[in-house]
Amino acid sequence: MLDIRALRKTFGAVEVLKGIDLKVARQELVFIIGPSGSGKSTLLRCMNRLEEPSDGSIFVDGVDLLSPKTDINLMRRKLGMVFQSFNLYPHKNALGNVTLALRKVLRKSAAEAEAIAMAALDRVGLKEKAGNFPSQLSGGQQQRVAIARAIALEPTVLLFDEPTSALDPELAGSVLAAMGDLKKAGMTMVVVSHEMRFARDFADRVVFMENGEVVQDGPPAVLFGPDAHPRVKAFLSELSH
Amino acid sequence: MDAILQQFFNLDIMAQAAPLVFRGLGMTLLVCCAVIPLGLVGGLLVALGSRSHSRLLRGLLAGLIDLLRALPPLVLLIAISAGLPFAGIRLSPFACVTLALFLNTSAYYGEVYRAGLESVPHGQWEAARCTGMTAWQTLVHVVIPQAVRNVLPDLVSNTVEVVKLTSLASVVALPEMLYSADMARSVTFNSSPIVLAALIYLALLWPVVRLMSRLEHRLGT
Amino acid sequence: MTGGSLFLETFFNPTIIARYLPDILKGMLVTVEVAACVIVTGIALGLALAVVRSFRLRAVNFLIIVLVDVLRALPPLVIVLIVYFGLPNVGITLPSFAVLWLVLSLVLAAFAEEVFWAGIVSVRKGQWEAGRCTGMTEFQTLCWIVLPQAIRLTVPPLTNRTIAITKNTALGTVIGVPEILNQATTAQSFSGSATPLMMGALAYLVLFIPVVIVGRWIETRFAWRRG
Repeated sequence: MLDIRALRKTFGAVEVLKGIDLKVARQELVFIIGPSGSGKSTLLRCMNRLEEPSDGSIFVDGVDLLSPKTDINLMRRKLGMVFQSFNLYPHKNALGNVTLALRKVLRKSAAEAEAIAMAALDRVGLKEKAGNFPSQLSGGQQQRVAIARAIALEPTVLLFDEPTSALDPELAGSVLAAMGDLKKAGMTMVVVSHEMRFARDFADRVVFMENGEVVQDGPPAVLFGPDAHPRVKAFLSELSH
Repeated sequence: MDAILQQFFNLDIMAQAAPLVFRGLGMTLLVCCAVIPLGLVGGLLVALGSRSHSRLLRGLLAGLIDLLRALPPLVLLIAISAGLPFAGIRLSPFACVTLALFLNTSAYYGEVYRAGLESVPHGQWEAARCTGMTAWQTLVHVVIPQAVRNVLPDLVSNTVEVVKLTSLASVVALPEMLYSADMARSVTFNSSPIVLAALIYLALLWPVVRLMSRLEHRLGT
Repeated sequence: MTGGSLFLETFFNPTIIARYLPDILKGMLVTVEVAACVIVTGIALGLALAVVRSFRLRAVNFLIIVLVDVLRALPPLVIVLIVYFGLPNVGITLPSFAVLWLVLSLVLAAFAEEVFWAGIVSVRKGQWEAGRCTGMTEFQTLCWIVLPQAIRLTVPPLTNRTIAITKNTALGTVIGVPEILNQATTAQSFSGSATPLMMGALAYLVLFIPVVIVGRWIETRFAWRRG
């Protein structure tokens, strides 16, 4: 499904990603953890070319994402993204946020786009908030609208860039619940986050990154258990303090 | 191409016109030196008056500002220079220009100061008054410095407009830079003297314009 | 004759008002025509330049910035005179109406470009990313996500600039565009009375006071929305 090989990214003289290999299978939830500055967000942003990788390759469903012949706009539609800061469009209400790409990219009719958008909002439990503007929604609601905006396009993979770190714990719960529902429905997901409980409950694999490298990649039972790499253990004990 | 150079960038003609144009520049700067300080003070008075407790004064000032904002400066200038003699008042062209531009620009500076004063939070007044400062001291030492800093880009931009406005004086035969350049044009049948004047305006104002757009963009982000 | 009636006789003479009112009204029509043309082309061109600038092509942006700076730094009357007296000598003859329209459009476009650009820059980067992540092209993101937000911020400053530049239609008198000021000064020299000047000034007030008031209203309304 998603196949990343020897991916490198440099900013000037700084090498942020030092040759990352990562495979994500269909319906798998891969959870990426690591200290800040480890390159995990950069890796995620390379996966849909918000950052241009310096070297290496990324294949999505067998399509070479980095080839100049690839239609990046088409691929980005298949690689939904949810941001830390939501990035909802402040000038459109919740429904308008979801329908915009349906209408402008997929060229759906107004009625069709609205039906799809309402279904997506329903999946994140916000059907009744369709007419509200982002400024009238709580942070957790805004983030769930952002999730609806992404899933309405029926992506093959959903990328989450620290989706709950801008939220209070009680608001984060509703977002995590929505993400859990997506996982149960069979969505392929890559999540960068510090929500270890969510990782334990839902992740198929946990990837620990440090200094631009993958240190350990395995099931949550391994990374959160006694057989974890010493640096993973150090990171987790640091985090729980 | 050659025709364009001959018509707009004829160095011989520019050299001939230069002494006249530079004398005009002197007059342009003189007008600026009269109008800018007057406008800065007039604008401050307008802004302070707009916050006075007297409703009558506030209403009068608001009306006056709208009037001056609605009249093109050239109309104001011609009304003064061609209209006042009918009332038996004869002013020199320099006085007419200074008066017209002073009135016009005070209204604009006034608006800028007003926005600046409004941008200073009320708590600043209260804090200063609580330290025993008088209203006047608070205004001079606490409020105005902050207000000016907050609207500095607008003050600079308005000042650029004033310098540009001085070119209108050419219409009432005040021998400032554009008037002198246009005289040279009408004698030589060649636009190079006006281009020379344009280059001098650019030399004066381009650095300021560049600085302004930097300031604006920094504030925008 | 008392002072008051002498004043009225000089500045508001009824016979002269009746004689020259049609001319002043004709002038008002011309002023409105030039102003409308300038506003449409100036703002459209300014928006187009800002859109082109957002593609960040180095050479193109350099040209845009130089053009905009020059037009902002030069007095409009200087540009009017260069275009009006200079172009015929290189074989391009434009009617004075067209010269005024062209020059003021360019000046308004320059200021509008700066305002639109500042608005575009002020839209956060995440908005671009969100648009691109739903598969929109850069141009679609600009049109549907960035510009609607940018334009909202630009309304108050743009309104003020537009009013200021529209008033420059009075410069047309210098090159013989038969707008209000031109009609008024012509009538003044024919009649030897100050009354046409007052009529001209009043004509501007009639046209622009409502505009100034609407501008003020827009300013407060949009400032409140942002806050």
